[in-house]
Formats: sequence, C-alpha cells, structure tokens
Amino acid sequence: MTELGADAQTRFERRYRVSRWALIGPALVIIALFGIAPLIITFVYSFLVAGTYGGVEWKFTVEAYVQFLFDRDIFSGQIQFIPDYLEIFWRSILLAGITTLTCLLVGFPTAYFMATRPPSQRNLWVFLITIPFWTNLLIRTYAIMLIIRDEGLVNDFLLWLGLIDRPILILYTNTAILLGLLYSFLPFMVLPLYASLEKLDFRLVEAAFDLYATRGQALRRIVIPLARPGIIAGCLLVFVPGLGSYITPVLLGGGSRLMIGNLIALQFGTSRDWPFGSAMAFILMAVVLLALMLYARSTGKSQVRHG
Amino acid sequence: MADIAAVEARGVTKIFGQGQDGVRALDDVSIAIRQNEFFTLLGPSGCGKTTLLRLIAGFELPSAGEILLEGQPVGHLPPYERAVNTVFQSYALFPHMTVAQNIGFGLEMQGRPAAERARRVEEMLALVKLAGLAARRPSQLSGGQQQRVALARALANRPKVLLLDEPLSALDLKLRKEMQIELKRLQHETGITFIFVTHDQEEALTMSDRIAVMNRGRILQIGGPTEIYEHPTEHFVADFIGETNFLEAEVRGVNNGEAALRFPSGGELAVPTARAIAQGTKVSLALRPERSSLVKAGSPALLTGRVQNIVYFGTDTTYYVELEGSGSFTVRMQNREGARLSFAQDEIVGVAFAPDAVQILAD
Amino acid sequence: MAEQALPQPAGVTLAKRQPTPKSFDLKRQPGFGVIAMACLAALYAPIVILVLFSFNASRSVTRWSHFSLDWYASVVTNIEVHDAARNSLTISIVATIVSTMVATAAALATTRTRPWPGMTAAYTVVNLPLLVPEIVTAVATLSFFSLLAAQFDINFGIGNLIIAHTVFCIPFAYMPIRARLEDMDLTLEQAAADLYATPWRTFRRITLPLLTPGITAGGALAFIVSFDDFTITQLVAGPGQTTLPLYIWGQLHKAGVTPEVNAISAILLAISILLVSLSFVIGSRRRT
Repeated sequence: MTELGADAQTRFERRYRVSRWALIGPALVIIALFGIAPLIITFVYSFLVAGTYGGVEWKFTVEAYVQFLFDRDIFSGQIQFIPDYLEIFWRSILLAGITTLTCLLVGFPTAYFMATRPPSQRNLWVFLITIPFWTNLLIRTYAIMLIIRDEGLVNDFLLWLGLIDRPILILYTNTAILLGLLYSFLPFMVLPLYASLEKLDFRLVEAAFDLYATRGQALRRIVIPLARPGIIAGCLLVFVPGLGSYITPVLLGGGSRLMIGNLIALQFGTSRDWPFGSAMAFILMAVVLLALMLYARSTGKSQVRHG
Repeated sequence: MADIAAVEARGVTKIFGQGQDGVRALDDVSIAIRQNEFFTLLGPSGCGKTTLLRLIAGFELPSAGEILLEGQPVGHLPPYERAVNTVFQSYALFPHMTVAQNIGFGLEMQGRPAAERARRVEEMLALVKLAGLAARRPSQLSGGQQQRVALARALANRPKVLLLDEPLSALDLKLRKEMQIELKRLQHETGITFIFVTHDQEEALTMSDRIAVMNRGRILQIGGPTEIYEHPTEHFVADFIGETNFLEAEVRGVNNGEAALRFPSGGELAVPTARAIAQGTKVSLALRPERSSLVKAGSPALLTGRVQNIVYFGTDTTYYVELEGSGSFTVRMQNREGARLSFAQDEIVGVAFAPDAVQILAD
Repeated sequence: MAEQALPQPAGVTLAKRQPTPKSFDLKRQPGFGVIAMACLAALYAPIVILVLFSFNASRSVTRWSHFSLDWYASVVTNIEVHDAARNSLTISIVATIVSTMVATAAALATTRTRPWPGMTAAYTVVNLPLLVPEIVTAVATLSFFSLLAAQFDINFGIGNLIIAHTVFCIPFAYMPIRARLEDMDLTLEQAAADLYATPWRTFRRITLPLLTPGITAGGALAFIVSFDDFTITQLVAGPGQTTLPLYIWGQLHKAGVTPEVNAISAILLAISILLVSLSFVIGSRRRT
C-alpha cells in the first residue's frame, strides 16, 4: 500500500494545470506597477513641498493637509481656518448625494417596469438603457450643455411658449451640474437595480396579495427590501463616481462652481500645487474607501439575513 | 494463468479538504472488477461511488492506496493517459462540434488518420442506432439521442474499461428502461468492462453482473444481484435494497451450519448460516416481505400480531402487521386468487416464513 | 321565480354583453410605466438632438435650416481630426489587445477553480481600477510618469497613454470573459481529458472556442472605454498626443459650440453604439 498524500496531489495538479500565478501574473504586474504604484506616489507627493514650476521638491511636510483646512499668513505666520475647500467638498457630497437620491427615485420605477416586462421585451429595454451607459461621457455632457444654454432648446422652447421673455440662466449654475450628473449617472442606477429586480420571485408578491396586501404595501414591504442589494449597488455606482466627477462640473459649472474633481485637476494645472492636489486626491480616496467598506459590510450582513 | 482484474482498487482512501474539515469520501476501499463484466457501484448520494469512479478515470488522486488497470498501477497518470473512457452524467457533449466530430474526438487526440476516424464514427453511429445524424449539433438532439452520442464517443476509443456516471438519471421512465436494455446489449456485444454508478437499486439489480453496495465511503457488500438481494450481510444493504423486515433474536448455538435462534416471543427456529456465532449473542435478522405469509390465528407461527393496514396493489397485497410485544412487520402476498382478501383489518394473525428466508446480519 | 330574467333598466338591450374584467396583473405598479418611458425619452433626447443638428446646414446648433452633410465633410477633411483619430485608434487598439489577453489569462486563473490562497486578493487587484475615482487615477498616473521622466529620464511618449489605458481596460475586458467562463460546463474539459486531450489541446480545442464570444465582448467593451476616455487622457497626454475626445474638448474651448463638434460627436457615438450592440448580441447568444 503506497501513501501518496498531499504532495503527490499538488505535483499532479501542477503538471496538469498551468500555474495560476503565471496566468494571473501579467494582470497583477501591470496593475501593480502602473495602477497601484502611481497611487503610492500620489500619497508620497502629498507629504512633499510644491515645486515652483509645478512638480515637487523632495522635502517632507504636512503643509498640503494643513492647507486644506487652514491658511497660513505668510507675513504674520498666523493660522486661520478657511472653509473654502471644505465647502467644495461639501458641495460635491451634496450634489452627489442629491443625484444619487434622484436617480434612485426615478431609476427604481424604471428598473421595476423593465423587470416586469415579458422576456422578449426585457432584452430590448436592457439594450436601450445600456447604450447610454457606454457612450462617451464628454459627448453626453455636451449634449446637455446644448440644451440648457442661453440659446439652447429649453430656453428657445420657453421663449416660444411665451412663458419668459429673456433666456433664463441654467448653464453654469449648480442646477446645471446637477442636471448633468443626473443625466450621466441614471443608467448606472437603473442597471444594478434591474439586475436585482429581475431575480425577484414574484410568487412572493402573489403571496402578499393573498394575505390582503395592497399594491403599495407589497411594493414597500416585499419588493423593496428584497431589492436591497441592487439599491445599495446602484447608489454606490452613482455616488462614488459622482463625487469624483470632473467633466460635468467643468463643462456645465464654468470656472467658478468647483467640485472636488476639478479642484484637484486645477492643482496639477494652473495652480501648480501638486502636493495639495495629491492630498485632496487622497482624502477623496479615503471617503470612497469608507463608502466601499460600508457597502461590503452591508452586503455581508444582508447575506446572512436572506440566507 | 489467472485472469487479471480489469480494474482494481487496493486500500483506497480519499479525503477532501484539510484537517478538521476534511471529508472522508472513501475509506479504505478495496475492490477487484473482472474483465468483461457489468459491474455496478450502488449507493445513496454521498456514499463515494462517484468519487471512486473519478479516481479510476484519473480526475482525482487517491489520498492513500493504489488504483490498478490490468495489474498496472495508474495512480500517477492523468486522465488523458489512461485507457479508460467516461460517459458523464450531463453527457458533456462539445456544443460547438457536430455529432461526428464529438464521436471522433478521442481518436483525433490519439492522432488517428481522418479516414480511419470516419470509418469508426460510422461504426459507432450504427452501434447506437443513430445513423444519419452525423452532421447534427448536440443542441439539435433529444436527451436520449445525446445520451447515445455520449456513449458512442466513449466507445469509439475501444477502451478497456467504460465508466458510466449515472448516465440514465436525466431520462424519463420509458426511455430509461429502453436504455437499460441497450446498455446491456452493448456491453455484451463489445465485451468491454462496464463500471456503472447509480443510486437506483432497481436499475442495479436488472443490469448488473455484480453489484458493490456502498455507504459513507465504504463498500458494504459485493455480489451478484441474487446474492445481494437474497443474502444481505449488513443492515444497510438489507434496508437499501428492496423492502426488509428487521427482527431480533438470540443465538442458542450453532451446529452443522445451522444457528438455533430464540425469538423474544418465545418461539425457536433453526436457520442456515455459514458463520460461527457465539452462544448467547443477540443478532439482527432480515426478512423480505414476499418471503413471509400470514396464517390464521391459531395455526402455529413464530410471530403473532394484528393486521394494521392493508394495501392492495393489483399484483399483490401488502399487509402491515403490528406484532405482539413490539414492532411491525410487512407481509406481501401475491394475489393468486384475485382481489379476494383472505385477511381483514384488525384480525389477529400469525406470520410464517421458511428458515432459509432469514438472513443473519453482521453487527 | 328563479328562472325569470332579471328586470333590465329601460333602454338597455338584453343582447349587450358585459366586458370581461381585466385579469389581475400582480406585477403592475401604477405610474411606473410612465416614469420608465419618460426616463428612456430623457436619456435619448439630448443625444438625438445633438445628432440631428450635426446635419444642420447653418452654423446654429439650435435653429434648424435644412439638411446638409457639410459638417461631416469638413470633419473628414480636417487634418487635426485625422491626427487625433490616429492617436485614438493607436492607443485604443493596442490597449485593447494587451488588456484582453491579460484579462483572459486572469479570468482562467480565477474562475471555476477551487479557491486558492490569495485568489480574493488577486481578484480585488484586477478590479482595482474600477474602484478608484477617475480623477484620482488621472493625477496619480500623471505623477507617476512625470517622476519617471524627471528622475529616471524614462518617457514612453504615446506609450504612456497606452499603458495608462491598458490598466483601466483590464477590468472591463475581464468581466464578460469571466461571466462566459462561469457559464461554461466544467465537465466539458474533463470529457476532453478523458478523451486523451492534453491540457494544452483541451484549451485550444474546447475552452478557447467556447470562450471566444466572451473574449470578443470583453474586447469590445475595453475598446469603447479606452476610445471614449477623457479625464485620464487629458491629464496624462503630452503635446502631439491629442485623441478625439481631447480634440472635441479643445474645439469647445477654442471655437465654442459648432455643428462640427456635433458631427465628430455623432461619429464617436455611432462607434460606441456599434460596439455595444456587438457585445450585446454576442453575449446573448449563450451556449451555442
């Protein structure tokens, strides 16, 4: 009787299959080298001094992070709390939040409707919603810009109706950014919601009706709780990119309405403060990671609850 | 010169997972399957029969023990170097190839020239009665046809051993019965050793030359259908195959191949046995319902009781008897006189059986 | 008494049948259909208008004069557009090829196998680019390449952009391939091994042909994502490395809103829609 044991099994498997590490190696190397290393460099940069013509000087300082909250008077050396950057962060969170909520309110009925179509129609709907998902964000934002400008269609239409006699300023306002964000991210909310609702066992709704529930109650007490994974995924998919949005605030907000995204980009452009930009990029990343961790915990919990 | 076993397993153990969480799928299994026989591995799900099959095919390695094909150890060989072919439960037909390409695949992999492959494919299609379907795709075939293509694909390679992993489980009843006859015929015609895995004891009994009954990674009994059915040696085997009644008795002594048994009711009976059992041992007994009959109260009987339930089934009638003392007993009698019931509900009856119908089980 | 017909109100004919009541649709929620339709309309209206006005003869993007292909003609003859298109195609094609190959290998290593130590970590790394906000990736990549240039004098030219694109293309190619692989019957490869196919031949004759739809879908998505990228490209691109989205941006800032921009945009939209449709059709044809 021969004892083969675990060694023979692994030797066998190693010959039988190409090493997994060889297969996944290239992907890991590329992402580690050109994805993770840059992030580490950004982190390092946030602790350096800004170079005079852009770039950095290799001296350690926490000035960048201090700069975020405080302004140091160069003459008197006094430190004063400035809310400007916090305001920008707050505006970004607010805009991203409102966008997420609105997308949810509009997206849920849409996804529900799609999920309750007969299968042949369903594919068509998914296809139609998916297309805007994959088209160029810049172009789509431009399309919104066309509509809300002073000479744009909205104003043209209102003028033609006689409701107004001068074009109303929509472009370059917070509202414009909000509209842009809504338009950009609506498919990002609908698709995960649809994925969740499509798997819903409608026999549960049937059972609810059998137990005297109204349509509204069935919706609130059965459908929505069961669609929770999709709701959370959709909210995350809208909030996180929305928070770091760059194209929309630049194109639709003009130069003055800044969100985190273009504030960061500014530091690497005309403001020439790379450490500060890096610091803010990292704060943004921290917020995103927080949101993702909360998501991971909530899905873990919901898995336990729904079995 | 003794016939070498077609397939042999010696002390094979297979453990999945590590340490505490390890699952012992096979526990010290030894088995020798003869050339040209239709051998069945029978047992409930999780008993290890599929694991054993996969070890023979080469998809798993034993944790301990050896697998031999025609006397040669093959434990270190991958599946594509073993002269063994498998018919999978899900058929596993290649969806992007035609029936002909599927059947010829093994030959192609062995480097056989195209002309030879074409000939063999024709041969196989005729053998499984699917001539003319060579250009079809698997998705265009019915379940039964797919099954036969899977068979043909395996047989085309003229393996020494054919492994069949519950191949009939996806078919409906009528088709299953047809395929059972087909498989038997194929095995006879080709003379290949078939190792058949199933959980359906009826299938095992009708098709096999020999059956190995397995449970929880161990082989409990190996034998022909008659032997397994008539002379089960273990409680599980008696219970798993057909219906069985279990009784207890005490051995008064073993003499000349007969054990004198004393029943709790007081009755005594001498039962043939090949084993040596110490006096005073309590043993379990197995007794088939159809080997017993009811007698009117008053006639001499080892067991007495009351008829609790009667189930009429056309060909036979089953009586569920509540035994005096404790326990229940099932008696099945053929309706030789039509539907006329000889015994009534709640009637006090006696249960009679021949001595050689009693099986003494190992404890 | 019971057989008598019920008294009918005057003026109602007996022959009139009652309409059968609508069957109860347990899935219906009031108003949801309207919202869904409005949603769809709102999503497409701006794009439709944009495309429409690219065919406008006059310079206006809001007032229609008459149909004309002039703007497309000017786009096609514009040298700057040619340069930008060449850059876009170069970057996107190379990034797609590399990322798809790499993603295929990664998918093979992480799908349908018994969990191996480090698998979850590896899976997270592969999908990392999806989790990081684009602006952060953009500045990080910029910092990285400027460091390379400043300290080590390493500059790949347009290769910088190709590398940056490849990184974020990998997860997009990975997803459809992984999905397709998970759908595949594991026993098919066992059957091939059982029929004397070595692992390499199993891969070439069974796994790869069945995986091809997933690879094509993944490649299409990777291409779209790369071709359409703006933020990362803008921050990382050096002089002479303008891509089509960058060109559009430049035009908007130089010349303002013009139908020429609409025309280029329409072309880009068409390419995206074509590739998404391709990916969709291939993806839905499961288990051929």
